[in-house]
Amino acid sequence: MRRLTPYLLALPGWMWLAIFLVVPMAAMASVSLQTGNAIDGYAMTFSVSNYTDALGRYSTQLVRSLLYGGMATVAMLAIGYPVAYWIAFKGGRRKSVYLFLLLLPFFVSFVLRTISWNFLLADNGILFGTLKGWGLLPADFHVLATTFAVVGGLTYNWLPFMILPIYVALERVDPRVVEAAQDLYATRAAAFRRVVLPLSLPGVFAGVLMTFVPATADPVNAAILGGTANTMIGNIIQTEYLTNLDYPTASALSFTLMAVLLVGIFVYARVLGTENVLEAAAR
Amino acid sequence: MTSAIELEDVVKEYHAHGELVRAVKGVSLDIEEGEFFSLLGPSGCGKTTTMRMIAGFEAPSKGLVKLHGQDVTNVPPNKRDVNMVFQSYALFPHMSVWDNVAFGLKQRKTPQEEIRRRVGEILEIVDLVGREKRRPREMSGGQQQRVALARALVNRPRALLLDEPLGALDLKLRQAMQIELKRIQREVGITFVYVTHDQSEALTMSDRIAVMNDGLVEQLGGPREIYERPATPFVAGFIGTSNLLTGTASAGELKIGDGRVLVPGRDGEVTVTVRPEKITIGTDAPESGLSALAGTVSEVVYLGTYNSYAVRLADGAEMTVFQQNAHDATATAERGDSVWLSWQAQHSYVIGS
Repeated sequence: MRRLTPYLLALPGWMWLAIFLVVPMAAMASVSLQTGNAIDGYAMTFSVSNYTDALGRYSTQLVRSLLYGGMATVAMLAIGYPVAYWIAFKGGRRKSVYLFLLLLPFFVSFVLRTISWNFLLADNGILFGTLKGWGLLPADFHVLATTFAVVGGLTYNWLPFMILPIYVALERVDPRVVEAAQDLYATRAAAFRRVVLPLSLPGVFAGVLMTFVPATADPVNAAILGGTANTMIGNIIQTEYLTNLDYPTASALSFTLMAVLLVGIFVYARVLGTENVLEAAAR
Repeated sequence: MTSAIELEDVVKEYHAHGELVRAVKGVSLDIEEGEFFSLLGPSGCGKTTTMRMIAGFEAPSKGLVKLHGQDVTNVPPNKRDVNMVFQSYALFPHMSVWDNVAFGLKQRKTPQEEIRRRVGEILEIVDLVGREKRRPREMSGGQQQRVALARALVNRPRALLLDEPLGALDLKLRQAMQIELKRIQREVGITFVYVTHDQSEALTMSDRIAVMNDGLVEQLGGPREIYERPATPFVAGFIGTSNLLTGTASAGELKIGDGRVLVPGRDGEVTVTVRPEKITIGTDAPESGLSALAGTVSEVVYLGTYNSYAVRLADGAEMTVFQQNAHDATATAERGDSVWLSWQAQHSYVIGS
């Protein structure tokens, strides 16, 4: 009985995953191969053309999603790494306060946060309206409905998920190890490049994973901030599923997105050196 | 000849929780070339801070740090020709043993060929040949310790700073490493500055020792000098076990109860130390010409090679006595016995004389 306890404790978790992940996935996989229409219903025909058709019609949005997700991830890394570094090494006794502040926006709903960005960036809103009123910006200046707005929104919304894992990795770096590098003639920059950065890579890896995937698939930012010219794949899936009731196309697109992301992650892990990442993480 | 390391009235103060902490209150040291020098003291005495100022990790609030006659007080650690072995070793966990050891040479843009030769040589000295590809965490504490040593020594620094480097090792390994360190120091001929709170370690290895307490150097001298002639009651108490007797002497004698402590040529207030192993324990009153004190055995502790007795004197003070367990020895006293303690006049050392 004793030996079984850990398995029994894990059972609810596995059941949860089995029921709410595997079963819907299987159902979706099945739907993605069916044909028919919303009125007469769909029937299994093993129609692989669902995939080719969907991809043919929406490749622009798919590529755009990957591009926006990638841009947002790079932006998050550029903004987030210094913040994580600062909290880990300079935060002192207030570390937990800073981490709490970082998570504070999450007490507000995701959609509301994005809508508040919409307010902020509105053509004649608080920010630009005022600046335009002062004549500091041309009257036709706008940010909403641009790539910048969507990528900015994505960056804003997932930034903490980039910062937290990097912070955890940096927090574990022994300051003595950095001192040792400096003692061995490394400048501050060299000590960072040769010691701190490599030791923080597992955090960067986790951060990229936790932000790139949801940012790429997100429909909310594009819908609220993007206007019509910045539609992402998440919006298409939503529309196909909820508006057009074209379940096979929505399912096929979902699976395509999933496959592309998985391949992307494996390539990324390879490039970064899985072995190094895992080894440093196992320290 | 200029000394390897000079500290001139170095002070380190900092603010913590709104309070001024004076970690080092004015330390002057002159450490010679090729010397094995120890900074010995209890935790919080300022020894590590002193060493970190030599390494350049801390800037002194006042005073000067000189390396080979050159003022380096404001020179950053990467530009100082000293290397440090950290208490926790601080090895680079993501690098192999080889890359750890080669780090300093690479930073100094040493030619590849020379790096290969020197790293190979030093790994031989610390007996780690064949383990070049290991990661630090795949190695035992003693091996990591030697990697840390090699990583510092390979750069041939003018001085090597060691911050309690054996603290994390178990007793057997620690003793082996003490001998090993001493051998390596002789072999490379580099000045070693060794920080420790372990007095036996300092006595075993050092040429000279600075005993520190509360941010100041209490005594500076060779191991024998510090052990035999402690300058202050603190040193007497910190180095080994010591019995302290205080009182007013007249005509070269300090009276305690029925007994006497011989302090030739002394009058007035004195503090005398006597080491436990110098004292003989017996049942009969000893002959004149010896210091002699009467007391009652309050505790006997069997310690293998010797017994440790606690003897309570008439005035309530407690003396510690070590008696060797010789081949024919039976315990000479039991708990509750009335005994006489005696020792030769030369073994009473008057503190501060």
